[in-house]
Amino acid sequence: MTVLLPLPTTPAAAATHRPSEGSVHSWDLSTGVDGPGTRFVTFLSGCPLTCLYCHNPDTWRMRAGKRTSADEVIAEARKYTRFIAASGGGATVSGGEPLLQPVFAGELLHRLKHELALHTALDTSGFLGARATDALLRDVDLVLLDIKSWDRETYRKVTGRPLQPTLDFARRLADLGKEVHLRFVLVPGLTDARENVEGVAAFAAGLGNVARVDVLPFHKLGEGKWEVLGKEFALHDTPSPTAEQLARARAVFEARGLIAV
Amino acid sequence: MTRRKKVPAMTAPAAQTTKNGEAWEGFKGGLWRDAIDVRDFIQQNYTPYEGGDEFLAGPTPRTTAVWKAVTDTFPEERAKGVLDVAYDIPSTITAHAPGYIDRDKDLIVGLQTDAPLKRAIMPNGGWRMVAGALETYGYPVSEELEKVFTQYRKTHNAGVFDAYTPEIRAARKAGVVTGLPDAYGRGRIIGDYRRVALYGVDRLIAVKKEEKEELNSLSASPRPLEETIRLREELAEQIRALAELKAMAASYGHDISGPARTGREAIQWLYFAYLAAVKEQNGAAMSLGRTSTFVDVYLQRDIEAGLLTEERAQELVDDFIIKLRIVRFLRTPEYDELFSGDPTWVTESIAGMGEDGRPLVTRTSFRYLQTLYNLGPAPEPNMTVFWSPRLPQGFKEFCARVSIDTSSVQYESDELMRPRFGDDTAIACCVSAMPVGKQMQYFGARVNLAKTLLYAINGGRDEKSGAQVGPASGAITSEVLDYDEVMAKFDTQLEWLADTYVHALNVIHYMHDKYAYERIEMALHDRDVRRTMACGIAGLSVAADSLAAIKYARVTAHRDGTGLVTDYTVEGEYPAYGNNDDRVDSIAVRLVEEFMRKVRRHPTYRGAEHTQSVLTITSNVVYGKKTGNTPDGRRAGEPFSPGANPMNGRDTHGYVTSALSVAKLPYEEAEDGISLTNTVTPDGLGRTPEERIKNLAGVLDGYMASDGFHMNVNVLDREVLRDAMEHPENHPQLTIRVSGYAVNFVRLTRDQQLDVLNRTFHGSL
Repeated sequence: MTVLLPLPTTPAAAATHRPSEGSVHSWDLSTGVDGPGTRFVTFLSGCPLTCLYCHNPDTWRMRAGKRTSADEVIAEARKYTRFIAASGGGATVSGGEPLLQPVFAGELLHRLKHELALHTALDTSGFLGARATDALLRDVDLVLLDIKSWDRETYRKVTGRPLQPTLDFARRLADLGKEVHLRFVLVPGLTDARENVEGVAAFAAGLGNVARVDVLPFHKLGEGKWEVLGKEFALHDTPSPTAEQLARARAVFEARGLIAV
Repeated sequence: MTRRKKVPAMTAPAAQTTKNGEAWEGFKGGLWRDAIDVRDFIQQNYTPYEGGDEFLAGPTPRTTAVWKAVTDTFPEERAKGVLDVAYDIPSTITAHAPGYIDRDKDLIVGLQTDAPLKRAIMPNGGWRMVAGALETYGYPVSEELEKVFTQYRKTHNAGVFDAYTPEIRAARKAGVVTGLPDAYGRGRIIGDYRRVALYGVDRLIAVKKEEKEELNSLSASPRPLEETIRLREELAEQIRALAELKAMAASYGHDISGPARTGREAIQWLYFAYLAAVKEQNGAAMSLGRTSTFVDVYLQRDIEAGLLTEERAQELVDDFIIKLRIVRFLRTPEYDELFSGDPTWVTESIAGMGEDGRPLVTRTSFRYLQTLYNLGPAPEPNMTVFWSPRLPQGFKEFCARVSIDTSSVQYESDELMRPRFGDDTAIACCVSAMPVGKQMQYFGARVNLAKTLLYAINGGRDEKSGAQVGPASGAITSEVLDYDEVMAKFDTQLEWLADTYVHALNVIHYMHDKYAYERIEMALHDRDVRRTMACGIAGLSVAADSLAAIKYARVTAHRDGTGLVTDYTVEGEYPAYGNNDDRVDSIAVRLVEEFMRKVRRHPTYRGAEHTQSVLTITSNVVYGKKTGNTPDGRRAGEPFSPGANPMNGRDTHGYVTSALSVAKLPYEEAEDGISLTNTVTPDGLGRTPEERIKNLAGVLDGYMASDGFHMNVNVLDREVLRDAMEHPENHPQLTIRVSGYAVNFVRLTRDQQLDVLNRTFHGSL
C-alpha cells in the first residue's frame, strides 16, 4: 500500500535524545499475510534485489523513503498494542529489504519486542543476512524468509543477485533454532520447475526450524506500480498459477514432512 | 406436536393455572411466574453451550422444498418490484385470511396476507405513500379507501404536515434534515414477542387491565392529566390488539390464550406475536428482539424429553427463519432508493454475556446462524451477534466462519451495551440498543453534517439552490478559509439545526402516537417504558475531513456570481479520518460531542431522552447526491461514506487502522449506535480457511477491546460483485452488509452497486 500521510511526529520524545533514523516507505496493519494474526508492519525503503515479480517496486530505492525516527515508528505502533493484545498478532519489520538498514531495523525490533511487548517478525530475502547481528536476531521471534528459487541461475534471473547468502543465512537461523516461515513465490514458467521446487523443499526440510512454508501464487496486482515508475514489467504475459499448480507445489513440500499452505 | 390441531377458540382464565402447570413443567425459578419477567425466566432456565458447531444439522428435504417454492418467485418479484398487493384491504391484525407457503408442509404458520410475498396496505401512516405505491406497481387505488383516509380518518402523515413549521419544511426540502419518518412508519419498536410464548395472551391481557385500572384516579396520579388519559387510551388499544392477536392465531387453528407447551409452540406463539406487528405496522425497521436463547429453553426441554431430534429442532428454526425472510412492505421506489433493496430490519440479537458471567450462547444461537447455510445467505433476518472477547471460542469461530462464507452477520459490542442496558437488550434496526420490552425509541433519521458545514461557509444559504435555509449568520468572505472562523459559523448553524431537527421529531412522534400507534408492539412492553429521542448524524467523515483540510492544508473558496461558494481547491496534504491520526479524529469526536450537546438542550415529546446515532443506512448515496462540492475535495453528488466509516480510499493503512479511528467516537455521546462497515477480501484475513476464521475472530476481539461499537463484516472478492452486476441471475442470494444491515446485492440500484464496488476493499496487497 502506498502512504499518503506523513507519520506523526513526537517532538517531546525527539527532544530528549537523538534517536536512530531510517528510511521508511510506509506502515500498515495487516491480518494473516505478514506473519500470524494482525500485525503492525513497517516497510523499510531500499532493496538490493530487483525481483521480476516484485509487487512493491516503489520500495526499492532507499532514498525514496521518508526519513523517520524509531521513536515515530514506535509511537505509531504503540497505538495498536491494545488491539493486538486482544486479537493476537504482533509486529513485522518488512521492506524493501529491512537488513539494508540493519541498525535501524535492529532498534525497531528491540523496542517493538521489549518496550511494546509485541511478538516480532523479520520479513527478509536473506540476501543481507550477514548484516543481521546475533543481538538483532535475539529480538526476532519469527523470520519470514523468502527463498525465491533453488536453481542458482533462476535465482539470479529473478532477483539479479546470487542465492548463496540466503542459504547461509537460513543455516545460521537453523543453528540458532530461530522459527522460520519459508516463503516461495510460484511463478509459472519461471520458478515452478519440479526440480526447483524439490530443491527448496529438500533444503527446507533439512533445516529443522521451518514451521511452515507459504507457497504464494504469483500475481500481477503490482503491475501498475511498475508503470508509474516507468519500468517495464517483464512478467506481463505470465499467468498466475492455477489451483492445481499450487497444490502440486505444496505437495512437494508436504512430501518432505513440511507444512505447506 | 400435532399440526393444525383443533382447539377451542377461547379458554377461560380460570383454566390457566393447570395450563401453566403443564406448559411450565420442569422450568425453574419463581420471579418470572409472578410478574412478567422474561429475562428472569431465561436466566433461571437456559443452558449455556460452550462447544463448537459439530452438532448442527443440515436442511431436511422438506425445508429445501419449502424454501425453493419461495425463492422460485423471487425473480418475478425482483422484476416487477412487488409480487402482488392486497390493494383493497387496509391491513389490521385480523384483516387477512390465513395464508400459507404450503399448507401441508409449513411447520410454523402465518403470513402477513393470504399469500406469500403479497404485500398489505397500511394507510394509517399516510395515504399518499399507499396510493403512490399502488399506482407505481399498477394496482387500482380504491376511491372508497381514498375517501376514508383523506376525509374521515386522519393519517400520521397528514397530522405531521399540519404541525410542521415553514422552517422545518425548508430544511427537509433542502436535504439538510433527511429521511424523517413523517410519511412512513417510524418502526424501531421491538415488542417482547417472547411474552406471548411464555405467558399466553390471556395473562398478558389481565396484566394490562390491572395496569390500566391503576390509572383510574386522575387526582392520585403523579402524571400530567393528558399523559394519564393518553396512557389509558393506549392501554385500551393494547388490550384490544392482544385480543385480535389471539383471534388471528385462532384463524390458523392455534389457541394462544395460554403459554406455549413445546418448542414448536414457543416458536409459533412468538412468531404470531411478531406477525401481528408486521400486519399492522409498516415500520422502517421491524426488529424481532433477542429470541434464540429464549427459544432454546423450550427446544432443549423437548430434546431432553426425547420429543425432538437435532434435525427436527433445526427444521423448526429453519421454517421460522423462512417466514422472517419473506416479511414484505409496500413502499415507493423513492423509499427503496433511500433505503436500498426493500429492507425490513427483522433484526435478531444473538449471544452476548450474561451479567452473571455466563455466556448467553446456546445451541439455538448456533441454529439461527446455521440457517445461513441451510437456506443460503440472506439479508433478513438481520443476524446481529453481541460480541465480547469473553464469548466461548467455539461460538466465535463459528460466527467468523459464517461471516467469511456468507457476509450476512453484523457484530455489536456486548461490552459497551451490557453495562448500560443490561443483558436482555436487543438491537432495533441496525445499531440501536434497547432492553426488550422496557425501552422504545422515537426514530429520528438524521441530519446532514457535511451540508451544514457548507451552510456555515455560505451564511445559511443552500449551496445548490442558493435559497436561505439556515440562519443568515453572514457568509465567509475570505478567499482562503480560516479554521477558527469556519468553526464559529459552523457552531451557529449547528445550533439552528439541532433546534429545527428536534422540533420536527417532536411533531412527528406526537402524530405517530396519535394516528399510527403501535398497539401490539406496545402491548408487549411494560406500561412505563423508557423512551429515547433517537437523533442521528450523516456525513461525519466528510465534515471532519473538510475541517482537517481547512486546518492543515490550504483551502480556497470559489464563488459564483451571487457570492455563493460552490467549489474549493485544496493545496497541500491534510490528515484524513480513518488513519488513527488524532489530529483529525479529534475533530470527528468533537463534532459528535458538540451536536449531542446541542440536541440535548431541546425539550422532547413525552420527556424522551436524547440520543444520537452515526449511521446512514445506504442513504449515504442519496445524501451525497444532495450535497455540493465540499472542502475536503469531494465532488458534488459523490456519495458519502456509510455510517461512521472514513471516506473511501482515504484510509490508507488497512481496515484495522481505519476501524480504530471510528472506535474513538464516544459511545456515551452516540448511544443510538455508531456504524462501521468493513469489506475485506478473503486474502486479507489469512491464507488458509482455519487461519481466516481465527484471524477474523481476533479482529473482532481487538475492535471490541478497543471500544469499537459495531462492525459489519463483508468478506468478498470485487470480481464477484462485478459479475453480479452483469449477471444478477447467477447471484440471486448474494448478500452484503452495508451500514447496519444487509442487502441483497442484486436488488440495489446501479448507483448503489457502484458505490459498494468503489468502496475501500481491504486486501492483502
